Amino acid sequence: MNYYPGCTLKTKAKQLDAGARRTASALGVEMRELPEWQCCGAVYPLAEDEISGRLSAVRTLSAALENGGGLVTVCSACHHVLKRVNADMADNELIRRRANNYLALKKAYAGETRVVHYLEWLRDDIGFEEVKKHVARPLDGLKVAPYYGCLLLRPSDVMRFDRPDNPSIMEKLVEALGGVAVPFSRRSRCCGGYVALDDRESAQAMTESVLSSAVKAGAEVVISACPLCMYNLKNGAGENKLPVRYFTELLEEAFGLADAAKE
Amino acid sequence: MPIGGEATDFLDVERISGVNASVCMHCGKCSASCPAFHKMDIHPHRFVALVADGDFGPLLRSVTLWRCLSCFTCVERCPRAVKPANLIEAVRLLLIRKPGGNHLPPQLVPARLDEELPQQAIVAAMRKYNK
Ligand code: SF4
Ligand code: SF4
Repeated sequence: MNYYPGCTLKTKAKQLDAGARRTASALGVEMRELPEWQCCGAVYPLAEDEISGRLSAVRTLSAALENGGGLVTVCSACHHVLKRVNADMADNELIRRRANNYLALKKAYAGETRVVHYLEWLRDDIGFEEVKKHVARPLDGLKVAPYYGCLLLRPSDVMRFDRPDNPSIMEKLVEALGGVAVPFSRRSRCCGGYVALDDRESAQAMTESVLSSAVKAGAEVVISACPLCMYNLKNGAGENKLPVRYFTELLEEAFGLADAAKE
Repeated sequence: MPIGGEATDFLDVERISGVNASVCMHCGKCSASCPAFHKMDIHPHRFVALVADGDFGPLLRSVTLWRCLSCFTCVERCPRAVKPANLIEAVRLLLIRKPGGNHLPPQLVPARLDEELPQQAIVAAMRKYNK
């Protein structure tokens, strides 16, 4: 499976990268990091006339096609950008033509690569039943609040990740690992995102709203698949505080790989 | 920079966003679902209506441009496929694509960084607020 880590997983979210690789390999699959990948651009350009902001994603998608096999990503933001640009290349004639003209790839790219998030890969390619078989140290009833945020789910007609208002993929993962999934009402509400850099107080209000809902639901820990959600939930917490972990950290613990991770 | 709205703004916003704001039926669902509602001066449904009316002056001066989170809740929920977030982005681009239009000048950025801030956040903010 081709793997796109992205910039943040090489720096501030190294544990997310390492956790994904280690747990995939425990499941018998090697993540092959794409050679010479570039930053995905961090945000999907909503402007239809913005071609340059899509080019690095197209390079990545076409490199994955050339390598053979689909493309898996772990960072919610990279996954969002890659999936949406991929859809543009498949469905938007003007964007496809202009991007291909500019890049002059060996073979014109038209959205052929299958892009999946690591969670989708676990659900659709591996299967949670199989994941369950690898659990060596069940989470022992730990009450886990799966936090989805925005980028995995919306817009659902392009992301096709899960039901946008009632997702269940992380809940099923938590149950497979022996934990108790605690659904909370604001699990797909924005954490504050990049607005944290422009108006921290505004972003903190979003974070507080998310965390208060998780606290009320009785969670002991919140899980996320996004380094920016992680940052906001950790640094923007007010009265309501909860430990926040990447979903891969729980996977590693349940697979009995966590001690290896500490070394 | 002159802020007031120009005759070509309507065409530019339609072209950039690919959205036809006039199909909005003013149901208000976008505003009702917007997590940044209380931080905005022009709420999403009003924003859409002003685009449809070609009244760009207030939009170009609005705080809404900088508080929208691109969370896509409005896009998901709109029953008429209006994509308010894409309209907000298009109007923001009218401003920041002009020389000197950057909202977050790079020299302000270092003071807002800390040890834990992920790269993704910095690149995202630079791309959303600047050109
Ligand atoms: S994308 Fe912007 S306008 Fe739409 S719901 Fe989110 S914050 Fe509100
Ligand atoms: S949800 Fe859509 S149709 Fe309803 S007010 Fe907002 S933009 Fe208009």
